[in-house]
Parts: sequence; C-alpha cells; structure tokens
Amino acid sequence: MKIHVTDQAGEQHELEGLEGWRVMEVIRDWGLNIKAECGGALSCATCHVFVDKDWTEIVGAPSDEEEDMLDSVGDVRENSRLSCQILMSDALDGLKLTLAPSAAKD
Amino acid sequence: MSTEITTDVVVIGAGPCGLFAAFELGLLDLKCHFIDILDRPGGQCAELYPEKPIYDIPGFPVVTGQALTDNLMAQIAPFAPEFHFNRMVNSIEKQEDGSFKLATDADEIFNTKVVVIAAGGGSFQPKRPPVEGIEAFENKSVFYSVRKMDDFRGQDVVIVGGGDSALDWTLNLQPIVRSLTLVHRRDAFKAAPASVNKMKDLVAEGKVNFQLGQIAKLDGEDGQINHVHLTTAAGDLSVPATRLLPFFGLTMKLGPVADWGLELNDNTIVVDTEKFETSVPGVFAIGDINSYPGKLKLILSGFHEAALMAQAAKAIVAPGERVVFQYTTSSTKLQKKLGVA
Repeated sequence: MKIHVTDQAGEQHELEGLEGWRVMEVIRDWGLNIKAECGGALSCATCHVFVDKDWTEIVGAPSDEEEDMLDSVGDVRENSRLSCQILMSDALDGLKLTLAPSAAKD
Repeated sequence: MSTEITTDVVVIGAGPCGLFAAFELGLLDLKCHFIDILDRPGGQCAELYPEKPIYDIPGFPVVTGQALTDNLMAQIAPFAPEFHFNRMVNSIEKQEDGSFKLATDADEIFNTKVVVIAAGGGSFQPKRPPVEGIEAFENKSVFYSVRKMDDFRGQDVVIVGGGDSALDWTLNLQPIVRSLTLVHRRDAFKAAPASVNKMKDLVAEGKVNFQLGQIAKLDGEDGQINHVHLTTAAGDLSVPATRLLPFFGLTMKLGPVADWGLELNDNTIVVDTEKFETSVPGVFAIGDINSYPGKLKLILSGFHEAALMAQAAKAIVAPGERVVFQYTTSSTKLQKKLGVA
C-alpha cells in the first residue's frame, strides 16, 4: 500500500506503507522532515499533518486527547491530524497528506 | 562572582540514562553533579509522558515515565548526586590539565574531569509558533515566559494558547496591562476549570478580549511588534499589540551542544561503542543524543552505554588505579556503598 506525502518544501513523495504501522512511522522511516519527538506516545504534536480533503472522512476525526495535543501547534487547520494516531490499513491505500510546518525538524 | 563547583563528573541531562549513569559512576566512587534545563529529574519521561506506560524496560512489564524516574532516583540515592535544575550549560572548555570548565546560564562554573552528555533530544525550549519572522521580535516584544511582570505593565498584550500557562498569565497580567487579548484555536481549554471560569468572567466584563483563532502574521520594526494579525473563524483580524506571549509548550532543541566542537551527525553526537566517548576525549555521550552504527533510541540502550562509559570515566579520574569488576549481588564493598551491607 502506498501513501502520498507532500513535504514542507512542496516536494511530493510516494511512500510504501505497511499494514499496522503508524503513518508517522512510515514518514519517519523514509527520512522525511518530521520531528515526531515523543515517538508516537500522543505526548507532543510534532508529527502534525494536513490530510487531503478527499481523505478526511476515511481517516476520521481526532480523539479528544489528540485535539488537546493539537493546541500545542500554531498552524491547525480543519484537516489537521497527528500522524502517529493514523494506522495504515488497506482502507488508507493511496492516502494523501501534507506535512505541517510545525512538524519540521529544526 | 560566579559559584565554582569542582567534581569528578558533570552529567548534562537528568533523564533516565543520565540518572542511571550516576549509579554506575557511584559504584566506581565517582562523584557526579547533574545540570538540567527542567525543574525536576526525568527528562522526556517526566516532561513529555509522565503518565504514559512504557513496556520495554527490562524487568518491568509496565512502568510509567514518572514511576521509572522515581525508581531511578531511589536507586541512585545512596550516591547522593547533586542536582542543578533550571539551567543550561552554555560552554565547555578543555583546560591544560585535561579537565573541563563548564559555564551555565545561571552564572556557575563547574570544574570537572569528565563530562557526560545525556541530553536526549537536546534541551527543552519553548515551542516557536510557525509565524514568519517571529525570531526578530523574540526577547524584545515576543516572550515565551514572564520573567518580570513589570515588562507588561501598561502594554497591549496578546496571549496565545489554551493551557494553564496561557490562562494563568491572562488572569495575572490583566490587572496591570492596557489591553489583553487571549487567542486560542477552539472554545475548549486544557486548563484548570476555575481559571477558565475566571477568564470567561473577565471576557463578559469586557476586560479581556477573547478571539477564537490563530496568529498569522506580526507587524512591527526593530524587534518591537505593533500589530498581531489573526486568522479567525469570523475572518482575518488585526489586533494592536506591544507584547506577544505564545504558550505552545516545550520542544527539544540541540541548543549550545552544537557549538562545543564535537563531531555531530544529524543532530546527534558521534561516539565509539567501547566507551561512548565523543570526538573530544573526556567528553562522553549516552542515550538518545548519541549515534553509532546500529544505534537504537531505547532507554535500555542508554543504560548499557552508561555502564561502559563509567568504566572509561574511572580510568580518566583515577588513572593507573586497578578497577576490579564486581557484582552488586556478591561484593560486600559495593553493597556497603549502596548502604545495604
């Protein structure tokens, strides 16, 4: 299964995803510009992504706890999600998203 | 006059790996001092996920970040390491005799034979909102904490955030400022309910201007802001402002470590795998901040690195002294040090 990620510089990447992996892990594994400093514990918001409009319904809405964490970035949009909270599955084959400025490494 | 402290080892960073280093160093009779930017021990475990369960610490099927920190503090207590919190090491200078002089931002000098960098992802720094050009205003009219309330007296203040810091400072500063605008992206707050209620009262009385939105742009010159542009549900808005306080929590940055002349690789410090020594002899790096072939960022790896580093540190502090490798299960000598024999 594949995901399509646009990085902060506007460059597009097609990444091979693995069933059950967190989308954050896929992006990090491919060496894209994602800080993901808490490692997937839903304790920071440095894996922040914007989900493509066509995919927001399939991906679903953030949990209350994820909404709380999103308070710690200054660039939240309607389609904001933390990519550590999205699990790869067949339903997400072809998922399109964009890395938020606030997810960038220093 | 700065305070001078002389010791065997300075450990920079009081996260789990640094804390365990004090145990291994203590067994070898090396005295250590900790320097950490946070106000308490535990590093990421305490700051990022104190309540989150960790499942991969050997011997603990499950333990929270805080419980692990508490256990490590109890484990190293016999060696009485000293802690210096709320400060950052600015510089490390090698002396002619091979020892090091460390200077902190709290006006202290540490003279030490060995330096252990156990700083994880770097030092915790306030998160900078992604607003273009904000750097130019920082520490002049944009602040990430309130050091002196007087700096805000009579000012047009904009506070951003929905947590306790944002709410507390809204309540504390409101009586002394000229105007106060609180900006938060949603009408839900992760702060003490009493503070939220007080803030809402002030909004109802017209004493606080609450805006549902995010900051988009800053206007000003020579470091002094004059307007903050907001993106709100009701459209774009410009608020007159002379002070901005964004409260988005903390993030880790490598910080001054980058300027210490150590060989780096992608924001980590390159070490060998025998002693976990950096490119500068006498300076070691353990835990998440180091890198070597096959490195895994796991707490357990940091514990192993701490044990090997301690052997090498001993050889530097007590050159020529024969070190007999002993086990805590069988050595009366070690048990005496631990206060159990």
